[in-house]
Amino acid sequence: MSSIIFPANPSESRPGRFGMYGGRYVPETLMAALVELEREYEIAKADAAFQAELNALLTDYAGRPTPLYFAKRLTETLGGAKIYLKREDLLHTGAHKINNALGQGLLAKRMGKQRVIAETGAGQHGVATATVCALLGLECVVYMGEVDMERQELNVMRMRLLGAEVRGVSSGSRTLKDAISEAMRDWVTNVRTTFYILGSALGAHPYPTMVRDFQRVISKEMKEQILEKEGRLPNAVVACVGGGSNAIGAFYEFIPDRQVRLIGVEAGGRGTALGEHAARFKGGVPGVLQGTYSYVLQDEDGQIALTHSVSAGLDYASIGPEHAALHDSGRAEYVSQDDAAALDAVVKLARTEGILPALESAHAVAEALRIAPTMAPHEILVVNLSGRGDKDMGILARELKLSKV
Amino acid sequence: MPIRFDHKPGLVVYLTAGDPSLDATREIALAAIDAGADVIELGVPFSDPLADGPIIQRASERALARGTRLKDVLGLARELRAARPQAGLVIFSYLNPILRHGLAKFADEAAAAGADGVLATDMIVEEAGEYLAEMARVHLAPIFLAAPTSPDERLKAIATHSKGFVYAISRVGITGKQQSLTADASALVERIRRWSQLPVAVGFGISNAGHVAQVAEFADAAVIGSAIVELVERSQPDEAPGAVARFIKGLRLHDAAPAR
Repeated sequence: MSSIIFPANPSESRPGRFGMYGGRYVPETLMAALVELEREYEIAKADAAFQAELNALLTDYAGRPTPLYFAKRLTETLGGAKIYLKREDLLHTGAHKINNALGQGLLAKRMGKQRVIAETGAGQHGVATATVCALLGLECVVYMGEVDMERQELNVMRMRLLGAEVRGVSSGSRTLKDAISEAMRDWVTNVRTTFYILGSALGAHPYPTMVRDFQRVISKEMKEQILEKEGRLPNAVVACVGGGSNAIGAFYEFIPDRQVRLIGVEAGGRGTALGEHAARFKGGVPGVLQGTYSYVLQDEDGQIALTHSVSAGLDYASIGPEHAALHDSGRAEYVSQDDAAALDAVVKLARTEGILPALESAHAVAEALRIAPTMAPHEILVVNLSGRGDKDMGILARELKLSKV
Repeated sequence: MPIRFDHKPGLVVYLTAGDPSLDATREIALAAIDAGADVIELGVPFSDPLADGPIIQRASERALARGTRLKDVLGLARELRAARPQAGLVIFSYLNPILRHGLAKFADEAAAAGADGVLATDMIVEEAGEYLAEMARVHLAPIFLAAPTSPDERLKAIATHSKGFVYAISRVGITGKQQSLTADASALVERIRRWSQLPVAVGFGISNAGHVAQVAEFADAAVIGSAIVELVERSQPDEAPGAVARFIKGLRLHDAAPAR
């Protein structure tokens, strides 16, 4: 394993560290902006007026709290644990991404930054950011890999309709990783006027902490709702993990509750060879990508590997640093489900519950399909349904040959 | 081997190692040194160079397509050191290839190859505890970037931990050519000098003799990167060393005599 960069004095308190992971590895030009963002975020976090404004928008605009739905038919079909679905897919714009985009958008406005940039993979974060910018009257530029623009074309149209400029990224693998690099280049260049709304619990400090804070409302509600419905905590919480924002949001409030299993599901793609999947904990080693120290899929020379997943939102070579720490400590478990299993899960959930999950979220559903039958009927399994699948209709039509039915 | 700027203005030349081949980079570097470059920065190609503009991105892609590895770049450094003992030699890399190689192993091998210093683009002083210890152990100069956006307290830390020279970024942005220097550069160099006795080299966007002459008014050296990498891109491999040498000589048209 590669050498680990520690500060000279390990007892020194380091901001943005999760165990040995996280930190800040960026070009110097961005440091002042990251320090400013960290400071402004800490002030906003403690400001009751900021929190009240955010909560009002989360409630009246985004549609929180989201339901915790007992999937009765799915549970009966599988014959094991009781399955609950946390319906983040019902939020405005169709995914959990709006929770974070609203928080960071309000922060941008508060900091007087009129120009917002974002990266997007599946397009859900891009749509959420474009939506928030329309709502708050901010200029919005979204970077998106050309491969993703093609496979998530509907979201490209949505962003443009909302008034955002979508800039295609043609470098590297033309997916999420390259969109983040291009957004960072824009930020380095326009750092004095621009706020970068990063969409996942990734990147340099304070992003992983800030994004997690904006997403932890998911597990906060889950906990209240399951206690109300079942009078006890779930046995397991399952979430898909790309960068890891929905998963850390779904896990966070349960971390102290050791009896609750936390299961993150990575994209197994179409094979186990490097380049065929995005399972960072299966093929990755610790390294630095795009500002943070975490597990990274890479070759023996430290060059970042290509990744593959049927879902654009999970198709990324690194993972949020807090997940790396949860993995190493054993507090959370990480598994993978492949493209085929995710597609099967879409069909299964659609036909038993009438719910069409996003391909990303379908990886979590696939894991639930696998483990629920191995659990006792009195046990409880909560799946974070992070997004809805309307955006994936093009891929689904092709992969499932729907036009031939 | 201390890094020295014997000419005024000093010239630091960045080359992406392995673009278009390791042999070509060696010949170009030798020609650059002979034409008056004080320091060669050997760029380790990286798959995701987020501080670089399109010119160096393309060079990195070409070098990686040729299979250039960190160990090859260190081998090239060793050859350059043997051939030109007096030239300054800096390994310029993103962190991840260094980490994958192993920080201590990298430090040992870079020092053994005869490099003078290391510049890691995405390493900031706050995170550099172990990195600085390793650099010090093998007597390599850690060179940090200073930006126009860096407040004084950061410049002080950067100046304190840098050795060899301080690399002042001329403008807010990524690498690449530009039309004119902004006022950012001279103001930054002035602020760095409050904290440091080290030479200050100004880079990012320095692409012609006019820029170099301007930089010479307030700094010790100019770093030429994208302009030379683009020249290499446009030249036939066997013509690139000559083209780069002519370009470097042209940059010093204002040069009268060695200053110190």
